[in-house]
Amino acid sequence: MSASLKAEDRGGPAQPMLIAENLQKHFPLSGGGAVRAVDGVSFTVGKGETLGVVGESGCGKSTLARLLLHLITPDKGELVFDGEEVGTPRGITLQNLRRQAQMVFQDSASSLNPRMPVRDSIAFGPLVLGQSRRQAADQANETLRRVGLDPDLFGPRYPHELSGGQKQRVNIARALALNPRLVILDEAVSALDKSVEAQVLNLLATLKRQLGLTYVFISHDLSVVRHVSDRVLVMYLGCIAESGPADQVFANPLHPYTAALLASRLSMDPDHRVAAAPITGDPPSPANPPSGCRFRTRCPHAEQVCADTVPAPPDRHAHDAACHMLREGSGHSASPSPALRERAGVRVP
Amino acid sequence: MSAAVSLAPASSSPRPSPTPGYWGMVGRRLRRDPVTVIFCILMLAIILSAIFAPLLAPFDPYKESIILRLKPFGFRGHLLGTDELGRDILARILYGGQTSLLMGVVPVIVAGLVGGTLGVVAGYAGGWVGTLIMRVMDVFYAFPSVLLAVAISGAMGGGMLNGMIALALVFIPAVCRVAETATTQVRNLDFVEAARATGAGHLMIIRHHLLGNVLAPVLVYASSLVSVSILLASGLSFLGLGVRPPIPDWGLMLSTLRQAIYVQPWVCAVPGAAIFITSMCFNLVSDGLRSAMDVRIK
Repeated sequence: MSASLKAEDRGGPAQPMLIAENLQKHFPLSGGGAVRAVDGVSFTVGKGETLGVVGESGCGKSTLARLLLHLITPDKGELVFDGEEVGTPRGITLQNLRRQAQMVFQDSASSLNPRMPVRDSIAFGPLVLGQSRRQAADQANETLRRVGLDPDLFGPRYPHELSGGQKQRVNIARALALNPRLVILDEAVSALDKSVEAQVLNLLATLKRQLGLTYVFISHDLSVVRHVSDRVLVMYLGCIAESGPADQVFANPLHPYTAALLASRLSMDPDHRVAAAPITGDPPSPANPPSGCRFRTRCPHAEQVCADTVPAPPDRHAHDAACHMLREGSGHSASPSPALRERAGVRVP
Repeated sequence: MSAAVSLAPASSSPRPSPTPGYWGMVGRRLRRDPVTVIFCILMLAIILSAIFAPLLAPFDPYKESIILRLKPFGFRGHLLGTDELGRDILARILYGGQTSLLMGVVPVIVAGLVGGTLGVVAGYAGGWVGTLIMRVMDVFYAFPSVLLAVAISGAMGGGMLNGMIALALVFIPAVCRVAETATTQVRNLDFVEAARATGAGHLMIIRHHLLGNVLAPVLVYASSLVSVSILLASGLSFLGLGVRPPIPDWGLMLSTLRQAIYVQPWVCAVPGAAIFITSMCFNLVSDGLRSAMDVRIK
């Protein structure tokens, strides 16, 4: 298994699995204008790493996931999969991309065909790739076993006969049936009970180890992202607010938004209960985002410069944030800011 | 002791699959529903008696008799009496079942195929293609169905074939609407997106993931349309637009017998009763089918 993956590893281990460059997707509104769901997002996913993507509802996480598989065609930007550009004549074909990159969806109920036994749902992918019915069914059985479900018992069942955790295992099996190298997990555990969530997370970790997978793990749950991710992207209103190694981002948030998100988590320590919400209100409409820095309307440190100029996107290879307070000479009174954390009033345990 | 003996082979043999395939399950559920079973049998009886009318009919349905006009039930072997030309009602009901069932089923099958295809295409394609198809359907929808059927078959002239075409045209928009709604609902679900993520083509996705989910509502709706079609066809014949005399047809019989309603009310009611019972059979069977085909109900 791992040998065949190595053979496919065209760019070598140092070549990133996925490079996204300035990805953009605007959904036009009927009344004119557009929802800027994803607005100039660039990042890199290394081979074998887990990239966590966090952000509030509506920040463009799911759109980003679909862009990465070209389920939605991006308006602008480049996508490079293991050294080959996606969707260009000389690069990797969509067919080939989808064979190597798969997705696990959030809503385990709607992501399985209610009128199809789960074995057929899993076997559909291999069938599409030209395997015979028999081969596809065998492949489905093997993948079911891999995700911890007895194929004889669960294969012939319909989705409504399964629990939420079992359905999500089937979803994972369907993604794995194509032997992908990159798996995009869009809120894959968010709808599950905490105990089941832990089981599925452990399963994902085991599969990653066994199959040498690379994950893009999208979630709004900071604790889960911290637990599974090697690196983290924090998204706000279609842009990346901060990115960097998971432990650094969580221990030392650079962007006021990240700091506020972290402060909004419930503390295990009764002496550090969150008294007031660190940020209030809903994010502004992505159809009409604020000028300059998108977070400025909710940021405690906003100044004139934040309304005037868009902060530079974070450095993709280091721990960095798109904030004027980090940029020397940006015109913000706190730039560059050793005092950011104190001013944000954030205590990180 | 005997329990242990009987348990042993069960545990060693491979577990039986809990669900024996979709249609097997639908069939099993239908058999467990007594109302559906009874009316299914009745429906089959009606269909078979229409098919085997030549063997079952006690008299020639076209044989007229001046003396035996409008006789009551059981008169000289005429079990259901005779009509205004002295023809045997039972024979004409049996033969009329052929035309009436044909007029009930054929337009629905045609409408199901054409309307279903258009609806799936409209729902799956969406965008301007979908809008175009559905707006054209809306134009047909704007007319009351009886009026539309009368207008179309009136314009094309009477006769059975034109009647069927008119009825099919009346049903296409309705079936199309049902198929389009079902397709649109399913199309936006994640499992269709997941199927796209495997790189499957449109036809493959429609065949494997859409049709199964669209078939059930369309089939159920179409089976309920059969009774409507029989009634509308009877209406057309009643107006002189569908089947032409002397071919036996339930609607036509109702139409010609109505003048005799004060002479032989029971005899006049027979074709009406045939239409009523047949419609009810199709309606109740379609109801049973609806609940049997819903996988989510256990």
